[in-house]
Amino acid sequence: MLSTLLSQIVNGLVLGSLIGLIALGYTMVYGIVQLINFAHGEIFMVGAYGGLAMFTYLLPTALKNHWYFALPILLIVGAAVSVLVAVAMERLAYRPLRGAPRLAPLITALGVSVALQEAVRVFYPNATAAVPFPTIFVPGTLIIPIGDGIPIKYSAILLVVVALALAYALNTFVERSRMGRAMRATAQDPDVARLMGVDPDRVIVLTFVLGGALAGVGGILYGGLYNTINIDMGFQNGIFAFTAAVLGGIGNIRGAVVGGLAIGLVKALGGQYLPGGTAYDYVWIFVVLIVVLVFRPQGFFGETERVRA
Amino acid sequence: MSFLEVRDLVVAYGAIQAVRGVTFSVEEGQVVSLIGSNGAGKTTTLRTVSGLLRPVSGEIVLDGTPIHALPAHKILGMGVAHSPEGRRLFARMTVEENLRLGAYTRDDEDGILSDMDRIFDMFPVLGERRRNKAGLFSGGEQQMLAIGRALMSRPKLLMLDEPSMGLSPIMTQKIFATVKELQSEGTTVLLVEQNALSALALSDHAYVIDLGRTTLSGTGRELLADPRVQEAYLGEGVAS
Repeated sequence: MLSTLLSQIVNGLVLGSLIGLIALGYTMVYGIVQLINFAHGEIFMVGAYGGLAMFTYLLPTALKNHWYFALPILLIVGAAVSVLVAVAMERLAYRPLRGAPRLAPLITALGVSVALQEAVRVFYPNATAAVPFPTIFVPGTLIIPIGDGIPIKYSAILLVVVALALAYALNTFVERSRMGRAMRATAQDPDVARLMGVDPDRVIVLTFVLGGALAGVGGILYGGLYNTINIDMGFQNGIFAFTAAVLGGIGNIRGAVVGGLAIGLVKALGGQYLPGGTAYDYVWIFVVLIVVLVFRPQGFFGETERVRA
Repeated sequence: MSFLEVRDLVVAYGAIQAVRGVTFSVEEGQVVSLIGSNGAGKTTTLRTVSGLLRPVSGEIVLDGTPIHALPAHKILGMGVAHSPEGRRLFARMTVEENLRLGAYTRDDEDGILSDMDRIFDMFPVLGERRRNKAGLFSGGEQQMLAIGRALMSRPKLLMLDEPSMGLSPIMTQKIFATVKELQSEGTTVLLVEQNALSALALSDHAYVIDLGRTTLSGTGRELLADPRVQEAYLGEGVAS
């Protein structure tokens, strides 16, 4: 009993770290341009496919079996592909709509999401079905000797460590650096940020770059954990991540991580213990979202709307 | 040629023209005021000079260079700082962070630190509370910080929009004394005020804006003595 509970908590935290990593992209973009970038899940997906393509077609075979070479290269390439696609998306799809009614970029985001999924399906070899992903990290499982033993895959440990480290690094960047200050200023009052000399385009591009890089790394870690990727992975995890961002308080970096962990735990524990099992885990996630928003509409860490003096 | 020249400025929000012919100039080292009633177009004029709004027509020339087609961050780089109406501090950031944002375009860390100290000398209360969040400050303290933040870019032209708004008479005096002090240090100041009496007393030159047009101009003293200004903006008490 105890080991089942602990295993599900571990599963929840692993999935939650991944969701939190993706949620950071949703929350940052929303904080800066007030857009729910529904295509962000696909940025996560293309990172996984980009990394896999490099691994399959470009990486010399001699390097493929050495994870300490292959893994960093995969992570960097995955992040780079996601960043490129995210920046192109901002430039070509969202920037022309700056100043348009908010519904226009929102619908565009949905369109970009479908376009990216279809592009991968059509152009990536055999992408109509799930594609196997190399076990990049030392394959194997750590068994923690409690009760019947709690299994934790090494690739899951890697995912949690990298996700939390990146979230911490991002938070430090936003809180401490000059560009981070410019991002916060733009989120709080874009006009006054411009009066301080902040170029809004630079801040917006930076936001997409950071969110894209985190999503791309997430895509590779996801592939390493589940050993298979498919074109739906962005949609499914994107919905969870978007929900996590709202739950944590959209626009808030800590909120995205905490929201992600909360959703991971609800999914794992709800699937185990609540009636209906895993078939109902979406239901429990959205029940939690709705209940939290009824009592705290701004989410865990969100700022209440204040009237400006 | 004047340091700042604004000619026949027309600015519209959609179909509504907020400014329909504003012309004025600011000489280097002067304090110049734009006075007028609420909604006359003063704030819109400042927002257009600093690049937040694009004019429909007209010209804004700074030191011989037309700037009305430039984005706001470029205009700041040319030495124009704008402290907006309502102060608009970054409320969730500390005093120091607000000042650092004022110095966003600079990378001379030593200069930034010494300018920050200069502002703490000018307004000691800011220095005492440099790590406090700006949103917790009183109106007067917020106005000091807003002026300090604008000064951090080392502007040649400082534009202040309604710095006395919501302040006590004593605090208002302190703010205007600060403007005088900045002028003596060589900063050119463009002031927008509804508090016409204090603004005119301080100004080398002033313009009256009415319904989006500059209608009167003169030295501060001339306008203070002008019966039309007295009647419209200064109240009967001053006229007698």
